[in-house]
Amino acid sequence: MKKKPFASADEIKPALDKNRLVAKLREILPRDAVLFDEEDLRPYECDALSVYRKLPMIVVLPGTIEQVQAIIRLCFAENVPVIARGAGTGLSGGATPVGDGVILSLAKFMSILKIDPLARSAVVQPGVRNLAISQAVAAHGLYYAPDPSSQIACTIGGNVAENSGGVHCLKYGLTVHNVRKVKIVTMAGELITLGSDALDSSGYDLLALINGSEGMLGVIVEVTVKLTPVPARAQVVLAAFDDVVNAGIAVGKVIGAGIIPAGLEMMDRLAVQAAEDFAQVGYPTDAAAILLCELDGTHEEVAEQILIVREMMQQCHATEVRTARDEAEREAFWKGRKAAFPAIGRLAPDYYCMDGTIPRKHLPYVLRRMAELSIEYDLRVANVFHAGDGNLHPLILYDANVPGELARTEAFGGKILELCIEVGGSITGEHGVGIEKLDQMHLQFNDEELIQFHAVKHAFDPTDLLNPGKAVPTPKRCSEYRQLPTQGQNRSSQNGAQQA
Amino acid sequence: MNQDLSERLQQQVLNAANTSQPLQIKGSGSKIFLGHVAAGATLDVSAHRGIVSYDPVELVITARAGTPLRELEQTLSDANQMLPFEPPHFGLNTTLGGTIACGLSGPARPFNGSVRDYVLGVKMINGRGEILSFGGQVMKNVAGYDCSRLMSGAMGTLGVILEVSLKVLPKQAAEITLVNKTSLPQALDTMNHWAGKSLPLSAACYDGEHCYLRLSGAKTAVESARLLIGGEQHAASHAFWQNVKEHQHPFFQSEQPLWRLSLPAEGPPLDIPGEWFIDWCGAQRWLLSNSSAEIIRQQAQQAGGHATLFRRGPAAAHTETFQLPADGVMQLHHRLKQAFDPAAIFNPGRLYPGL
Repeated sequence: MKKKPFASADEIKPALDKNRLVAKLREILPRDAVLFDEEDLRPYECDALSVYRKLPMIVVLPGTIEQVQAIIRLCFAENVPVIARGAGTGLSGGATPVGDGVILSLAKFMSILKIDPLARSAVVQPGVRNLAISQAVAAHGLYYAPDPSSQIACTIGGNVAENSGGVHCLKYGLTVHNVRKVKIVTMAGELITLGSDALDSSGYDLLALINGSEGMLGVIVEVTVKLTPVPARAQVVLAAFDDVVNAGIAVGKVIGAGIIPAGLEMMDRLAVQAAEDFAQVGYPTDAAAILLCELDGTHEEVAEQILIVREMMQQCHATEVRTARDEAEREAFWKGRKAAFPAIGRLAPDYYCMDGTIPRKHLPYVLRRMAELSIEYDLRVANVFHAGDGNLHPLILYDANVPGELARTEAFGGKILELCIEVGGSITGEHGVGIEKLDQMHLQFNDEELIQFHAVKHAFDPTDLLNPGKAVPTPKRCSEYRQLPTQGQNRSSQNGAQQA
Repeated sequence: MNQDLSERLQQQVLNAANTSQPLQIKGSGSKIFLGHVAAGATLDVSAHRGIVSYDPVELVITARAGTPLRELEQTLSDANQMLPFEPPHFGLNTTLGGTIACGLSGPARPFNGSVRDYVLGVKMINGRGEILSFGGQVMKNVAGYDCSRLMSGAMGTLGVILEVSLKVLPKQAAEITLVNKTSLPQALDTMNHWAGKSLPLSAACYDGEHCYLRLSGAKTAVESARLLIGGEQHAASHAFWQNVKEHQHPFFQSEQPLWRLSLPAEGPPLDIPGEWFIDWCGAQRWLLSNSSAEIIRQQAQQAGGHATLFRRGPAAAHTETFQLPADGVMQLHHRLKQAFDPAAIFNPGRLYPGL
């Protein structure tokens, strides 16, 4: 079948016989690894952005790379879309099924294949959980640095696909900085290696390209991660402010002093109060904002920097500055931050977690505009902010059972992303575009740039079968988008509580 | 001096694309030795220069491709910041664009990361003459494919880099280098052993007799690491690493072909006749050797890496510079080239024959 250059998934309707495809998949896989009854498919209808749901045609659970290759070759021959799926913790709908497609779950790829302490690397299968890597290598005094909030559940394959971040990115980088080698299966069924066990490889940096490619370029079947020495000491300072602007200034002061904190997090009043109610860790609930500033490294440098940071906070009129005295108190300080999303989730029936990035200096303006928008849309918003690297996570509180509230939430969310672009930021820092932010991609990129993205996609997947319709909108939608009054009107309105 | 020549460069690219005339993209020409000289008319980017924005507190600098690297580094240094990947200059007027396109990093690479690790955004002209912006000026940005990092090391074969945004970091307060006499196998073990500890290491090399470990960080941290690691303190630490980075160290003063082997750091010494200088904890091994390219590349590949003929010397004038990747990866190179530069006008043959 000849396709138009930018045909969307909905337009591609291969003549499909589900039963025939199931039979062919069963030639590759054991019976229990091919799911096609509605009740078995139901758990795969969405990822952690559950406002988008769609039942896939079939779910397959291969256990070997050869099986993955055979499945992909079959789907390629039959012109069937393939969507790779890890733990389904993604927050942008990147793993949302298409109705005539196959979900390729990598859940069975759960082995850590090799740990090499001297090389400071580990070879893992894509279904290994992020945190499990750090746990497995802890005995060697090493860990895997990127730590997305979902690290208990999310898998390394998904981390590579999304170029996941976390709270330690400013100092330790994103996934792309912590992966040495990735094996992918292309849509042609070919197994290829990107990167190497050395620090670089000859030719184009395809390893960088595959990070954050949202499952559109290849199916990740093996990952070699870089491991980082566990710092000799980590200590956290908690500072409270009666004005968000002062907290923002303090962030700049710390970095201006030449200190790169391991983590630098800000929470606004609503987030602080919710976290304290939930976790009872002793946060000052009367504060307009708190900063958590974690320093790590050798004993000496942490001791030196803690004093400087305390001084900076006080200069910026912090109403209170506390240094965690021991590991237990440090964990308590972080416990509130890590519980912030579920804690805020208790304040309303549903919440919508946004993800945008801004140059830090615009934080006061962005927070002020967000407060105005909150009034305009009549929806509360709590802010949790990776302040060190400018990554905002506004959480919009809503009730999906109130007619129109989800649409209003999405419109508000869209405005927040526009605000990020306005100040020179990005519509997504770490959650990805998925299907959630396809509309806003037009604000960040012009048609020529979008066409270039499609050309990159087609270099890997000429017939648009891998995770079709995600991450990069079709350029023609540009004009349609600008005519839309709000972005949320034609989407389903189901419960959207988020787990991040 | 500072000027925006985007439109003029765009017009030159459009003219070349319309007539399918190849273009040889040139900055200062400081790394012209790397790769085969591309065919075609010269597209001089060096006058498209100037720092576009720099706010030290944001840890981001944006500059035009023709901006001299030394000017950029001086600006950063004045604000007590630096390019953490320590790019080599290999010339007086080296430009930012060439630094990104060649993708070379200095001694700090194993500890601080590479050029591409610090690329946040790129503005470029593709082979259709379109000016495109990818990435941005923020630390975290996963909107769209990472085409900006893809430009790093692409040797100008995918487009003309116009502007680059880089993450920068504060300079370290103290720096010392510890020197210990040792054997190569022992040096490889020592360097990788210490690299796995929580220490302020920032460079590690072996010159055939001595292992050099550089410590950079807070004064107190450097001092305690010095006591832990031991060894003699180098009298001119900064100059030593500067010479290693710029290939002004005596090792590099040779007429023999100079090979760069990129290998797993901890891997054993390779059995290729010649002289070795080991940098990056063992991950970047310089080799002066008259052995055949086939032997060197085969050994590098078997060891899990690859070999680049970095400086040819008269004896190896016709040897390919870069090692070809595996077939499947090479096909992707051709398709990506087609995606960015359909008329194949940019630096043809500079990276690989036929690309």
